[in-house]
Amino acid sequence: MSKTLIRGAKVLGGAPQDVLIDGQTIAGVGTGLSAEGAEVVEADGKVLLPGLVDLHTHLREPGREDSETVLTGTRAAASGGYTAVFAMANTFPVADTAGVVEQVYRLGQQHGYCDVQPIGAVTIGLEGRKLAELGAMHESAAGVTVFSDDGKCVDDAVIMRRALEYVKAFGGVVAQHAQEPRLTEGAQMNEGVVSAELGLGGWPAVAEESIIARDVLLAEHVGSRVHICHLSTAGSVEIVRWAKSRGIQVTAEVTPHHLLLTDELVRSYNPVYKVNPPLRTERDVLALREALADGTIDIVATDHAPHPHEDKDCEWAAAAMGMVGLETALSVVQETMVETGLLDWAQVAERMSTKPAEIGRATGHGRPVSAGEPANLTLVDTAYRGAVDPAGFASRSRNTPYEGCELPGRVTHTWLRGKATLVDGKLT
Amino acid sequence: MQRHLISAADLTRDDAVLILDTAEEMARVADRPIKKLPTLRGRTIVNLFFEDSTRTRISFEAAEKRLSADVINFSAKGSSVSKGESLKDTAQTLEAMGVDAVVIRHGASGAPYRLATSGWIDAAVVNAGDGTHQHPTQALLDAFTMRRRLIGRDAGLGQDLAGKRITLVGDVLHSRVARSNVDLLHTLGAEVTLVAPPTLVPVGVGNWPCEVSYDLDSTLPKSDAVMMLRVQRERMNAAFFPTEREYSRRYGLDGERMARMPEHAIVMHPGPMVRGMEITAEVADSDRCTVVEQVANGVSIRMAVLYLLLGGNEPAVSHARTAEEK
Repeated sequence: MSKTLIRGAKVLGGAPQDVLIDGQTIAGVGTGLSAEGAEVVEADGKVLLPGLVDLHTHLREPGREDSETVLTGTRAAASGGYTAVFAMANTFPVADTAGVVEQVYRLGQQHGYCDVQPIGAVTIGLEGRKLAELGAMHESAAGVTVFSDDGKCVDDAVIMRRALEYVKAFGGVVAQHAQEPRLTEGAQMNEGVVSAELGLGGWPAVAEESIIARDVLLAEHVGSRVHICHLSTAGSVEIVRWAKSRGIQVTAEVTPHHLLLTDELVRSYNPVYKVNPPLRTERDVLALREALADGTIDIVATDHAPHPHEDKDCEWAAAAMGMVGLETALSVVQETMVETGLLDWAQVAERMSTKPAEIGRATGHGRPVSAGEPANLTLVDTAYRGAVDPAGFASRSRNTPYEGCELPGRVTHTWLRGKATLVDGKLT
Repeated sequence: MQRHLISAADLTRDDAVLILDTAEEMARVADRPIKKLPTLRGRTIVNLFFEDSTRTRISFEAAEKRLSADVINFSAKGSSVSKGESLKDTAQTLEAMGVDAVVIRHGASGAPYRLATSGWIDAAVVNAGDGTHQHPTQALLDAFTMRRRLIGRDAGLGQDLAGKRITLVGDVLHSRVARSNVDLLHTLGAEVTLVAPPTLVPVGVGNWPCEVSYDLDSTLPKSDAVMMLRVQRERMNAAFFPTEREYSRRYGLDGERMARMPEHAIVMHPGPMVRGMEITAEVADSDRCTVVEQVANGVSIRMAVLYLLLGGNEPAVSHARTAEEK
């Protein structure tokens, strides 16, 4: 079995220590560990985190391999410091059967860059009418525990209630894409000052907030847990805060882009800023940061949504919604949460690894950096600062809103169960 | 002047007054037996219309022809666009044929802005109406009509609309005409009031440089011009208002309401009018209604815009006279 010694790494941002990997596990953490028989990686003050876990990724395979595949998506994930990603169900065909989720799961294992944990659709074809075979997906080799119609809202209150109840039998969780469909017909961007001026269809905050309010109450009523995808408004934060104070089992995620960007950017009519939920206002951004800091929002999830160039190189209304995010997520979190003093690195690890692994029941991920644990690790050069160059992305798509933006932090190494998937910023 | 005309908000007061003054010069051409200037001879302009709009297209075409430009009309219907060709490819195809300016009408807000700023083409872009965003030449022709009627054809030269009270009534939410007019009229110093049922005013209107009222009757006596916006009957089905009749009663302009306006005040409409809905036949056909003048003024304004964007620095009309005298 191969050994690797990571020398002088600030584990979770603490004092420099050595970390020895032996085979698939962490053999020891301490100072002055022997390098005998081990390959040495000089961390030189870089920060070592548990491998990141993304609860919200679109890998596009099967069906849209022109924008991303399991291979290119997991390479992008490894580049961004991730060791596990949850693949959303809105593929073609939809991941609403055991067959599809097993295929996606096996592709992830076969490629070996990052564990792929498929998310199953809540309803057949994401149509919101009939429950998909949730139990069969759970019992399949993929062992699905997270279910979501992401991209579409489970808007029928009865279907949502039943889904929340049903998955309790096997410890599952429903991840809701909160978007009241009638309030968002023809919606193109956040409804407010900017949409009024630009003449783009408004996407009101209440369309998100009303669904979240309903769903936390449903979760309370049936005693289930519910997860809120990509929460984007200050009002949503208030509702989740209230629900948690009542003891409702709700968890919530925020995307990196909602922590940094606002709807002012839409004035460029550049569809690279078109995303669902839409970019909101400065006030929302600040509320989301505060909520991520105080724990109201549990985790950061990328909503990595690759799209081919032609789907963004067009007029706003014709463009697809979504941004790639796996390769920039940690940098955006460092920029918005660490450099601002809102989170330290231990708290970043909790929000980008420990908690998402817990919510999705990803065993072996999000574990402490200590002896005996699986060696899923990420080494970050936090002193780095540079402009984002999409040409260097491992993702098949380039639809990033950060092109040319100067951001801090660069993942230099990623280990998946002791195997290096990224070395000195290069994929293995 | 800038290279493109995308939004009325991009115009400074001096830009706008220059366009209005140039349009007055252009209007004189229309009074001549030969209504043509050689100004844009050898230049090619394409009218790229992704939305049906016969009036606007014809108005631009008349303006282009009076300036002696070569005109290509491109209508999206029955073209490669209906077969899935993108805006970018369509524009690049046209530019490859040697087009100097693109006049674009598009259903998507921001499409002209994208065309002008994405590096797809080099030609000048004139927005002939995009989605519910902007329709700057409409706002310019409206301002031109107001200046002529409220100040005077000659007295208005060099003037803006400082202190004039302009009321826009109707479907502001879906109206690019309203957005363009609010921007331009504010730049020209006018005081703008929007009147509409609350459902037809956008969330976020509070940041616009205008007043908003839900009460037409109290606004009319304080108006120098009242512009009625078209209300599409389909809006009724989306619960913006209960019935056509109720809309007319509350927000339609009839003879009785017109009588409450100051004597000098005019009634405007960008067309096409829905008679019996936002405006009665009595008002539409009255002397105070400027609908037909607006159409005529539209040609002059579009000549002025195209001349200023494409014609360089030479004076348009005097240069033309020399050419005619030769």
